[in-house]
Amino acid sequence: MATVIDRDQLQDLVAQGALLVEVLKAEEYQEDHLPGALSIPLAQIDRETVKSLDQEHPMIVYCWDAA
Amino acid sequence: MAPRAAARLELLGFTKVFHYHAGKLDWMAAGLPTEGENAKRPRAGTVARNDVPVCALTDRVGQVRDRARAAGWDAAVAVNDDHVVLGLLRSAELDKDADQPIEEAMRPGPSTFRPYVPIKEMADYMTQHKLESSPVTTSDGKLVGLLLRSDAVAQAEGCPDCVRKMI
Repeated sequence: MATVIDRDQLQDLVAQGALLVEVLKAEEYQEDHLPGALSIPLAQIDRETVKSLDQEHPMIVYCWDAA
Repeated sequence: MAPRAAARLELLGFTKVFHYHAGKLDWMAAGLPTEGENAKRPRAGTVARNDVPVCALTDRVGQVRDRARAAGWDAAVAVNDDHVVLGLLRSAELDKDADQPIEEAMRPGPSTFRPYVPIKEMADYMTQHKLESSPVTTSDGKLVGLLLRSDAVAQAEGCPDCVRKMI
């Protein structure tokens, strides 16, 4: 199960090289996203879309809010 | 949505997945920078004036009034030691008795707005509600600055496509 983190932990992990992934729709990503984040909308997460990513590399996912 | 994405990624073999629970809203409410089309547009946090005078609850009205007006302001924000907004003093409050403590003179618990709100929306809201100024704060209540309606309206004229509703 994924580890839940807060904003400070996110910044620490990103400073250590973690990959940021926004899972909202592409339109929302285009409006605003966290610096350096990739866009992989939830509906598009499959083996093909993530095949270029290192499975052992820390990855942080986020959406709009906690809801 | 993000918990489902995290679960999906783990099923696909990713071993170090983290979930930023509070999400983009939390990031933006903290006044942190973003990238994207909206990042280039003015927002409450970028237009708010961060040199607004601040004061403590125990300060006296006369002392704050003199300091504020000497700096060209007709407003001040009451904050605690952590810079959390406790009250607002506009012209009417600054004109109260000079010996009155700020705690008694201020408007307590003023409406505050987050830094990410598009300036067009702020201008419309402040005009509609006749707010001459509004504090902009982070999600934990810390003062970013005081947004003047005149600044918001002027900036909004150059930002007709700030579309997302956030108030």
